Amino acid sequence: MIPVKFDYLAPTSVEEALAALGEHGDDAKILAGGQSLLPVLRMRLNAPEVVIDLGGISSLRGIRDDGDAIVIGAMTTHHDVRDDHLVKQHALLLSKAAAEVADSQIRHRGTFGGALAHADPAGDLGAPALALGAQFVVAGPGGTRTVEASDFFVDLFETAIGDDEILTEVRIPKHTGWGAHYEKFVRVAHQWPIVAVAATVRGSIDEARVGLTNMGSTPLRATATEQALAGVSATEDGVREAAQLAADGTHPPSDLNGAADYRQHLARVLTGRAVLRAAGV
Amino acid sequence: MTKIELTVDGAAVSDDVEPRMLLVQYLREKLGKTGTVIGCDTSNCGACTVHLDGTSVKSCNVLAVQANGRTVTTIEGLADAAEGELHPVQESFRECHGLQCGFCTPGMIMQAVDLLAENPHPSEEEVRLGMEGNLCRCTGYHNIVKSVLHAADKTAGGVSA
Ligand SMILES: Cc1cc2nc3c(=O)[nH]c(=O)nc-3n(C[C@H](O)[C@H](O)[C@H](O)COP(=O)(O)OP(=O)(O)OC[C@H]3O[C@@H](n4cnc5c(N)ncnc54)[C@H](O)[C@@H]3O)c2cc1C
Ligand code: FES
Ligand code: FES
Repeated sequence: MIPVKFDYLAPTSVEEALAALGEHGDDAKILAGGQSLLPVLRMRLNAPEVVIDLGGISSLRGIRDDGDAIVIGAMTTHHDVRDDHLVKQHALLLSKAAAEVADSQIRHRGTFGGALAHADPAGDLGAPALALGAQFVVAGPGGTRTVEASDFFVDLFETAIGDDEILTEVRIPKHTGWGAHYEKFVRVAHQWPIVAVAATVRGSIDEARVGLTNMGSTPLRATATEQALAGVSATEDGVREAAQLAADGTHPPSDLNGAADYRQHLARVLTGRAVLRAAGV
Repeated sequence: MTKIELTVDGAAVSDDVEPRMLLVQYLREKLGKTGTVIGCDTSNCGACTVHLDGTSVKSCNVLAVQANGRTVTTIEGLADAAEGELHPVQESFRECHGLQCGFCTPGMIMQAVDLLAENPHPSEEEVRLGMEGNLCRCTGYHNIVKSVLHAADKTAGGVSA
């Protein structure tokens, strides 16, 4: 099937895109890499009258060093996030997670900002962004504001980005030299995870950050596990004990891929694996 | 209608298209390049894989207007047809019998060329992972993987589009 008819706008600056969004309001939809939006339009689950393509705005692409953070432009592809040397050096977890998104063809088109704005609870980039304490820079008619990761993910497919706003870039506080691993559990290659765990650790182990994918309507932090891991030596026993706390307080969905209690079991097992791999064990 | 100008298989083309037209539709219906096929409705199968500015994409999940100003290579432009030659990866699929019904083959070959450009000496596991976005209902993948590895050996990794 092909999408319902729409008008197509290709702005070349963020200002122009915001003006178009202001003019068309609810009738408009932003197009980034299109790897989530085009399937939705083709299945006619959505039928915007106007599609605003960010592909021509070069300032939204690329990754730069900004002192205590690296800054990833919203239109940077999964492929480029995976391979970027700044990301590998200062936010290895994102490189590992980006490598696990979909397949090669989709990683060439799909964007970092698009995936985060889409906020699919099974999306692979939300949990790592949350675990790394990302800050989301959002431009709107009144200027630019920064949203903390803990406030960004609101619900299923819902973020703090307003209808008249555009996500322009994401600041990732540097985690230089931290080990990282993204442990994804899937039934079929190149698909969204049933559950996945994003773990990054300093030393072995001085500090840990653990994010959970598809364990609720938004990405989650396994805070009890993070606390229990601080100062633990990176051995099977020490890590697995802390990992037992990973599903505490979660309310994962039950669906054809797995019941809620099965997902909680997965979260505990995968957290153990992810943290051990992150610590190089 | 939106005007687009792009290069497809080495030739400059320009057209007025509906913004909703998919790149794969444009290639097949407007340009008659039916070598690129449609195998699914969900962007899962990879049969429609082409190169956009030198990297592989699923042409059913790109709008024709998004290819404006860019360069597309399809399975039909991979080899120098005028010379009657096959691309080394095409040749390899023939030599290793990397197909049965052949429906997935154009996409498999386009993805294999991309894979080998990025990683000229892949291991078997790297081939399987690198081809994860391409589905085959016939072969069980064995000879497809063999074809890609054979192409890598044969060209000592020097494969390009
Ligand atoms: C077969 C298949 C398998 C996939 N598997 C996975 C997987 O395993 N893991 C995974 O994480 N993802 C997967 N995806 C989704 C993929 O990662 C998408 O690339 C990503 O979710 C969306 O990024 P995009 O740039 O393509 O955004 P688009 O599809 O263009 O946009 C997505 C949504 O975000 C909005 N949006 C985009 N950019 C902005 C912005 N800058 N500001 C405000 N709003 C914006 C759009 O309006 C739209 O609603 C898969 C997709 C397919 C087709
Ligand atoms: S037809 Fe494009 S992925 Fe199946
Ligand atoms: S050869 Fe028939 S689908 Fe692959």
